[in-house]
Amino acid sequence: MMYALIPLLPLFSFLIVGIGEQWIKDRAHLVAVPAMVGSFLLSLMALHDVATGQAVNVTLYTWLTSGNLDIHIGISIDRLTAVMLILVTTVSTLVHIYTIGYMHGEPGYARFFAYIALFTFSMLMLVMADNLLQLFVFWEAVGLCSYLLIGHWYERASACAAATKAFLVNRVGDFGFILGLFLVWYSFGSLDYATVFAQAGQLASKTTNLLGPFGGTWDVSVMTMICLLLFTGAVGKSAQVPLHVWLPDAMEGPTPISALIHAATMVTAGVFMVARLAPLYNLSPTAMTVVALVGALTMMLGATIALTQTDIKRVVAYSTMSQLGYMVMACGLGAYSAGMYHLLTHGAFKALLFLGCGSVIIALHHEQDMRHMGGLKDKLPVTYWTFLVGSLALAGFPLTAGFFSKDDLLVSSWSAGPLGQVLTICGLVTAGLTAFYSFRLVFVTFWGKSHVDPHHAGHVHEPSTTMTAPLMVLAVLSIVAGYLGIPAFLEPVFHGEGAGAHHEGSAALSIMALATLMGLTGIGAAYYLYVLNPGLPDRLAQQWRAAYELSLHKWYIDEAYDRSFVRPTLSAAQGLWKHVDVAIIDGAVNGVARAVAWGGWLIRLTQSGQTQHYALGMTLGAVVILTVYLLL
Amino acid sequence: MTSFPWLSLIVFFPLIGAVLCFLVKAESSRWVALGFTVGNFLISLPLWWLFDSSTANMQFVERASWISSPPVNYSLGMDGISFPLVLMTTFLMPFCVTVSWTAIEKRVQLFMSMLLVMEAAMVGVFVALDFVLFYVFWEVMLIPMYLLIGVWGGPNRLYAAIKFFLYTLAGSLLLLVAILALYFQGGHTFDILELSRGTYGASLQMWLFLAFFAAFAVKVPMFPFHTWLPDAHVEAPTAGSVILASVLLKMGTYGFLRFTLPMLPDATVAFTKPMIALSIVAIIYGAYMALAQSDIKKLIAYSSVSHMGFVTLGIFVLNIQGIEGAVMQMVNHGITTGGLFLCVGIIYERTHSRQILDNTGLAGPMPRYAMFLMIFALSSLGLPGTNSFVGEFLVLAGTFVWSQFATAFAALGVILAAAYILWLMQRVVFGTPAPAHRAHLLDLNARETATLVPLIVLVFVLGIFPNPLLTRMHASVTNLLNAQKAPAYATAPQQPALPQPAATMAAMSSSSSEQAAAR
Repeated sequence: MMYALIPLLPLFSFLIVGIGEQWIKDRAHLVAVPAMVGSFLLSLMALHDVATGQAVNVTLYTWLTSGNLDIHIGISIDRLTAVMLILVTTVSTLVHIYTIGYMHGEPGYARFFAYIALFTFSMLMLVMADNLLQLFVFWEAVGLCSYLLIGHWYERASACAAATKAFLVNRVGDFGFILGLFLVWYSFGSLDYATVFAQAGQLASKTTNLLGPFGGTWDVSVMTMICLLLFTGAVGKSAQVPLHVWLPDAMEGPTPISALIHAATMVTAGVFMVARLAPLYNLSPTAMTVVALVGALTMMLGATIALTQTDIKRVVAYSTMSQLGYMVMACGLGAYSAGMYHLLTHGAFKALLFLGCGSVIIALHHEQDMRHMGGLKDKLPVTYWTFLVGSLALAGFPLTAGFFSKDDLLVSSWSAGPLGQVLTICGLVTAGLTAFYSFRLVFVTFWGKSHVDPHHAGHVHEPSTTMTAPLMVLAVLSIVAGYLGIPAFLEPVFHGEGAGAHHEGSAALSIMALATLMGLTGIGAAYYLYVLNPGLPDRLAQQWRAAYELSLHKWYIDEAYDRSFVRPTLSAAQGLWKHVDVAIIDGAVNGVARAVAWGGWLIRLTQSGQTQHYALGMTLGAVVILTVYLLL
Repeated sequence: MTSFPWLSLIVFFPLIGAVLCFLVKAESSRWVALGFTVGNFLISLPLWWLFDSSTANMQFVERASWISSPPVNYSLGMDGISFPLVLMTTFLMPFCVTVSWTAIEKRVQLFMSMLLVMEAAMVGVFVALDFVLFYVFWEVMLIPMYLLIGVWGGPNRLYAAIKFFLYTLAGSLLLLVAILALYFQGGHTFDILELSRGTYGASLQMWLFLAFFAAFAVKVPMFPFHTWLPDAHVEAPTAGSVILASVLLKMGTYGFLRFTLPMLPDATVAFTKPMIALSIVAIIYGAYMALAQSDIKKLIAYSSVSHMGFVTLGIFVLNIQGIEGAVMQMVNHGITTGGLFLCVGIIYERTHSRQILDNTGLAGPMPRYAMFLMIFALSSLGLPGTNSFVGEFLVLAGTFVWSQFATAFAALGVILAAAYILWLMQRVVFGTPAPAHRAHLLDLNARETATLVPLIVLVFVLGIFPNPLLTRMHASVTNLLNAQKAPAYATAPQQPALPQPAATMAAMSSSSSEQAAAR
């Protein structure tokens, strides 16, 4: 029961800071930071308990009942949840501390703390859920926090648009999620993981005729339907193709948010979901293939776009998208523990990279364009060295955490059959691109000549300790996380997976060698292009104009969506309103009224008030009646 | 059962206030109205604990002979379906008074008095157990509402008031015909419970269904009988809009639940498909209409069409999740849309415009207002943790049992809701204020804060702890479904579902291939 405090401490922090915002103002961190530290310490205890074999299962209360629908809100901690708890509370605590410096003096200081506390609470409840509906509820709640925090600087039109876009795109994904959830309930009569997993085997061979209502026949495996529908939610949340478009725009939010929500935790929820539901996904090879392909596509697309972006945060954002692609791909190939392993190390080094970006941005007075940076490594030594560690980890440089996890991921993928081998090769190529763009970022930002705005160039300096300390902690974690035996710790959760899968000695060694080679090549290429021959990239861009433009404009996907979804929807709404609602439906209503009025006017003509008209009418009437009477 | 006449008290207490309003000065009449609406809520509040959730029978029943021939009784009672609606009504009325505190300047006594008459009639509709009594309350509501729109409304108020009045009256007349037909066919009684126990021939049921439909579908309003709603809302004063959206629309769906389902079970089943189709059209069409609006009130009015589509959808899928979700959604829509209209009224008092583009960037100058508006908006788009999610989730779950495809279409409405609501928020809450209005944008005062906070609290309480309310519905809804002679799909998938899927899968619009082969 004590572990209920893990999510409740941030909740209390949210309530105190959120409701007392006007009163607490710039003292918000005095409440928020201790609460997070407490939550982190409790998570460590929970990890210890789980490691020694005591799983935690507590039902907090019954949320809703209706017929056989019976939903509890509870917390349940197993090994998978425990490592997520550690990731979330660690990064959140560091981001809380970093925020003290980053948001110092901002008018929305307390509001910002309230929202990140609410986010942390929601994220913790999400990973501790013991049923699909609780997962969904907090899935939406983290989305809400993301929305509110992207729009933190609400006077900037671009930030508001980005916030709306993030929410809407995620809603599209959640549309699939909720349908999948209903299908689970319909098929199993329950939404509890335990009940569903226990019965999953019985449903493996069931099919349903999708075209039934239309008289056709198209039999689809129910399990595949469930997995694909639920995966749609993951595609939205984890920024996978084709619902990835919100993540880069989400960089409009303050940088600590990018680190916490849009790199280390929330966006990994989709990967976590697939891993959590592994017992279902394992039963549907079709769904697994789709998951793997979507992941691989995202991995490559993100990397190709990251090559040419000039906004420092967007480069890191596209790299996040690409790395999420790796994780999803691994899950799709059944290498769940490798995917989760990469998720955890990525959480450390990507949070580090974002917070490093934040230091640079603050030092340069909110400059985010790489072309106006350069030569910062002597002025920002802590930021530079920690950023370098993060980039090395991202590039998979030997002996960093990213090296171990990416290697584990690729080796596991290789052993997953022919599809796995093809995708592993894609992964190796992408690893080269990753190393290239990470070091392009390092070299352009920190090396070479300074292109900093001369107004600010004089007083560029390292930010306060509250900001540099988290960088150093994360830098250490970006190395150490590779030596903690995480895959072995997670293995029991996914024992369905072939345990010996990634130990084919020679193949494993060659993949490791290849991955290292790709990484070093990428770094070397970046060094050659951006340090030795600084004029060359522009010339190359001229030479390969079409490819360069395609990458720079993010494959024109935003433009395509705008033309095919956004604008048609709005014009359809206008058209329907003017031409159907007002013209036809309301026209008919008013038409009836007019017809009645016109009829009344006609009849009123007979009521002229002149006696001779009435006398004429009476006479004519009498004649008509008499005629009829006589003739009949 | 308690002998204390709770329900009569709740119905007639506001009428005392309505008379009293005329006897005092304008200024005091506000206090009288506030006192009586708050008092009435406090009187109704003990029912929450006195209500026995284990029985489907009518509770707090009162019965007295009114007219001996034909036998018309003054009989009142309440079950798990009317109970939440009565409490919602008494809960909301005080805020209709406070939001009108400074907004209504002319003929204040009459206005306050009409609000109280309105309350009496609305509660009366929900608790009447005699058809004639029900019809009296039903028609009495029209008069104060007509006056609210016609006297205190906007520039085009007469058109809107007459449209509202005639449209509803036309439907009501058919309701009267149906009541008389039931009287003659159902053993010469107007007793609603007795009529519900009777059985009627198939063709009579069809005709009665259509007559009921005319009355109720206009009130809900269901597509395509909705065009009176945007006009009425735009012209009505804030309190009128709140009453209209929060309570009056529920009369239609309440009518379906109280009369159509139990009295006309065969016709209900026969009309299920068209009713569900109309509901889904309303959900999607209403959302599209909302997307096209530039007037905040019209936008919310059309969103009501969409949200009420969920209610009728839940009712006509005829299973427990659907109907409980529908009742939840009725309460939720009352709170959320009521809150949104209160917010619009509050900003209208400052800028004298309901145009979106005149009311931009409110988060800066009015942070508290912006936060409250945001909470109602998030509730309106069905965010989990707020009240609306529970209702929509249950309705969609019930619909899924009926047809997966219908659910997919209905769920599209949830995406569209996010689109029109967030786009509205992007323009109204975020951004920078329109220069012309910047000076008027003072944040909420104490009265306005007190008006909105209780609704905000309820948004979260019902979203996070919906079960106490749901448990009070279970018995009545189950009973209602049993009276429906339990179609095959009425009880949703049985637990455990897998060993015996035939019954449930057969009801599924897409059945498993092996069963198709077996057939």
